[in-house]
Amino acid sequence: MNTPTHTPTNINLSSPHAAALNAAEDIQGRSLWQDAWRRLLANRAALISLIILVLVSLACFVLPHFLPWTYEQIDWERMEATPPSLETGHYLGTDTLGRDLLARALFGGRISLTVGLLATSVALLIGVTVGTIAGFVGGRMDQLLMRFVDFMYTVPLTFFVIILMVLFGRNFILMFLAIGCIEWLTMARIVRGQTLTLKNKEFIEAARAVGGSTSNIIARHIVPNVLGVVIVYVTLTIPQVILIESFLSFLGLGIQEPMTSWGMLINEGAAEMESTPRALLVPAGLMTVTLFCFNFLGDGLRDALDPKDR
Amino acid sequence: MSILDIRNLTVSFKTQDGAVSAVNDVSLSLQKGECLGIVGESGSGKSQTFMAAMGLLAANGKASGEILFDGQNLIGASESTLNSVRGNRMGMIFQDPMTSLTPHMKIGRQLGEVVIKHRGATPAQAREQALAMLKRVQIPEAERRLDMYPHELSGGLRQRVMIAMALMCSPEAIIADEPTTALDVTVQAQILDILRDVKERLNTAIVLITHDLGVIAGLADRVAVMYAGRIVEVADVRSIFANPQHPYTKGLLACTPRLDDACGGAMTTISGQPPNLQRLPSGCSFHPRCGYAFEKCTTERPALEVVGATRAKACFKTIEAA
Amino acid sequence: MLSFIVRRLLIAIPTLLAIITVCFFLMRLAPGGPFDAEAPVPPEILANMRAAYNLDKPLIQQYGDYLLNLAKGDFGPSFKYKDFTVTELIGQGFPVSAQNGLAAIILAIIVGVPLGILASLKQNTATDYSVMGFAMTGIVVPSFVMAPILILIFAIFLKGTPFQLPAGTWEGGAFKHRILPVFCLSLVYIAYLARITRASMIEALRQNYVRTARAKGLPFRTVVVRHALKTALVPVVTFLGPGIAFLLTGSMVVETIFGLPGVGRYFVQGALNRDYTLVMGVTILSASLIITMNIVVDVLYGLLDPRVKYE
Repeated sequence: MNTPTHTPTNINLSSPHAAALNAAEDIQGRSLWQDAWRRLLANRAALISLIILVLVSLACFVLPHFLPWTYEQIDWERMEATPPSLETGHYLGTDTLGRDLLARALFGGRISLTVGLLATSVALLIGVTVGTIAGFVGGRMDQLLMRFVDFMYTVPLTFFVIILMVLFGRNFILMFLAIGCIEWLTMARIVRGQTLTLKNKEFIEAARAVGGSTSNIIARHIVPNVLGVVIVYVTLTIPQVILIESFLSFLGLGIQEPMTSWGMLINEGAAEMESTPRALLVPAGLMTVTLFCFNFLGDGLRDALDPKDR
Repeated sequence: MSILDIRNLTVSFKTQDGAVSAVNDVSLSLQKGECLGIVGESGSGKSQTFMAAMGLLAANGKASGEILFDGQNLIGASESTLNSVRGNRMGMIFQDPMTSLTPHMKIGRQLGEVVIKHRGATPAQAREQALAMLKRVQIPEAERRLDMYPHELSGGLRQRVMIAMALMCSPEAIIADEPTTALDVTVQAQILDILRDVKERLNTAIVLITHDLGVIAGLADRVAVMYAGRIVEVADVRSIFANPQHPYTKGLLACTPRLDDACGGAMTTISGQPPNLQRLPSGCSFHPRCGYAFEKCTTERPALEVVGATRAKACFKTIEAA
Repeated sequence: MLSFIVRRLLIAIPTLLAIITVCFFLMRLAPGGPFDAEAPVPPEILANMRAAYNLDKPLIQQYGDYLLNLAKGDFGPSFKYKDFTVTELIGQGFPVSAQNGLAAIILAIIVGVPLGILASLKQNTATDYSVMGFAMTGIVVPSFVMAPILILIFAIFLKGTPFQLPAGTWEGGAFKHRILPVFCLSLVYIAYLARITRASMIEALRQNYVRTARAKGLPFRTVVVRHALKTALVPVVTFLGPGIAFLLTGSMVVETIFGLPGVGRYFVQGALNRDYTLVMGVTILSASLIITMNIVVDVLYGLLDPRVKYE
């Protein structure tokens, strides 16, 4: 920071520019996002989490193509759990059916992460739409939408997802749609709150004064400004969705064979943990690390985007 | 005889961008029974000086120097030593009566717990004394108020409750931190009347922290003016108003609108911004905004020097009496 | 306050009715029936079975009958456990779930809330970080990971030591058999309670009235307990309301893993077997508990903060 220079004869800084100059000096023309990014990089836990998440995703989506075994391939020579070995190509060993543990854990991660992202996108879409409309249009529309959200909160939604899965078959698309449809409630509430505070800000009034239509103002002015909160919440929703998905698959109510996910692998692993604990620990460890990272990243993003909370 | 003696007090806060000194080398004394006014802009360190005296600095704040209350140093004193002084021999009234009372406790209990703690009163005695104190600060229907919650009272009444609470143990000193700032003008006058009554009848010493010179004029015996964490001028109240010796004091006085202002001119302001405590100007902190500043002011800081029987100032210039 | 409760209960009825209705028609409109899974049966037997379960009548009449029976506390016969009504099954399972749930809630409150207070008072110290690290672990590691790992440790690795704990057996609810499941149930709640309490205590300790209380010379413990804690409990209560409802209805995962005969396991079994009436019964039970707990929470707000008005 450069210190302001003052000439000794500078009697009375009476010009109004003096104050403005002082203020400008503090701002330095850094955008909010750059600022947040800088703070995020300074947060070691969040940064490490981000790196690990990138590595886990790469491993889940890319690495399986380079493994000697696929997730569903049965090694007929090893029809029972075998220990890790470089020779056989089972780097983490096999399960009791002779399937490669590493390949399965990574493939399961691919499914869990995909469900997490897709369901969160669904939740994001519904939540932001409902939240901005309720907050911006206000009045009866707001009442109606928020009453509906309140009502949904009293419904045991996990039960409904299970009912849907049972009734309409346990398929992948239904799964993330259903989970997305129960995860949007909090998003809608948060976005609505933000929209309400934004609504009366001068720049929105200015946009209205120059004749912007409601949908235009929402898309151009409200949504970009609630983005920060939404990003934080998305980061915290993804692990929740992964948990729900794994929970369902663990109970046998989610993903179906021959597909697999972390929850299902944990279930299989738990069944044989007495003989081969690693069948449980590999998928459980991978999932736990991922969930930890999402949570640390979410907390880091929140601190970065909302520094007053520190 | 001084009841509170502050010597070379420095208060600094640790922040993300390094330490910030809010109070620098401040020395002040409060005589028994007097009212000492402390004036300054926000951020001048006037509140933090006395927060330090009460042991109420924020967790990242640190005080050094000496704060002698009746001869006992409060800096570095144990929590229990502080607690034997706070609320007992030294009370405090805060700026915002709306948020300074515990919302989920009835008034009577909030008042009563002070004497229960310090005087070992029974709940019944505490209630009786609370009632007496509410009457003393002229709260109408005092009996009924005892069983009310703070949110059921108006701002002015709540501030009276705050005063009553500070007075529960008949302390030797009261620190009033902007006691009237958050209130309506008419209510301000009532609160000041009560404080004057307290000072005159109970002979309680009062520290009156404010940015409002009008408040000072009505109540204070002596005035200390603070700027950027330092005292720039101390004098008795008459001299401050009649003959300010520091350019900043002069500026403050000029800013105060006067009804008898014959000129009817535009309102005067002190130009520029209060300084950023993290990078104070060199020399005298006030020099960038000072109309009298000359070369020396930018390089050297004037010390607080005694300039009369009852006054001291920190400025190189001698300002002629108006 | 009484009129507030009555009014809230009256609003709860249509909510519950809506849930029941949606649930009912979803079940009936779904492709496939409860008897699909079984070996092919002659059509006349199937017709008899459908008649026995009231499935041959028009849909709207089935709905009406169901509501009428529900009002009498009859959830109908189970499709799968042929000799039991759903009411009987829930009657057996609910006490098991509720006892464990209650134990877990009490454990969560007496561990989680003090941990949160401790962390808030020692903010940004090693104590704070370890409490928050523990809380993060409790939140991130789901019960279906925690439970097998605990079983691995206490039932398998420690076999033969005094620390061995039984798992996967119930033995009519003997104390030893409840330790692991109850701990598993409460872990997430301990974690959330610690986090929520910490955050709201930090907020409460920052309030001006806490400073006032300190200026009165009260001992710090009194300041915390008498002046800060009560307001800080509002978010805790908000979280606990639905939390208690969920815990009382039993955890599907924990009951399945530990083989507890509770409502949660019945629900999972019901779902896997397409036992529609059982699934509906449990859903309705859970919904009514959530609604009730939300009303309790709203009443508690008023007790914690006199500024809250019952409208």
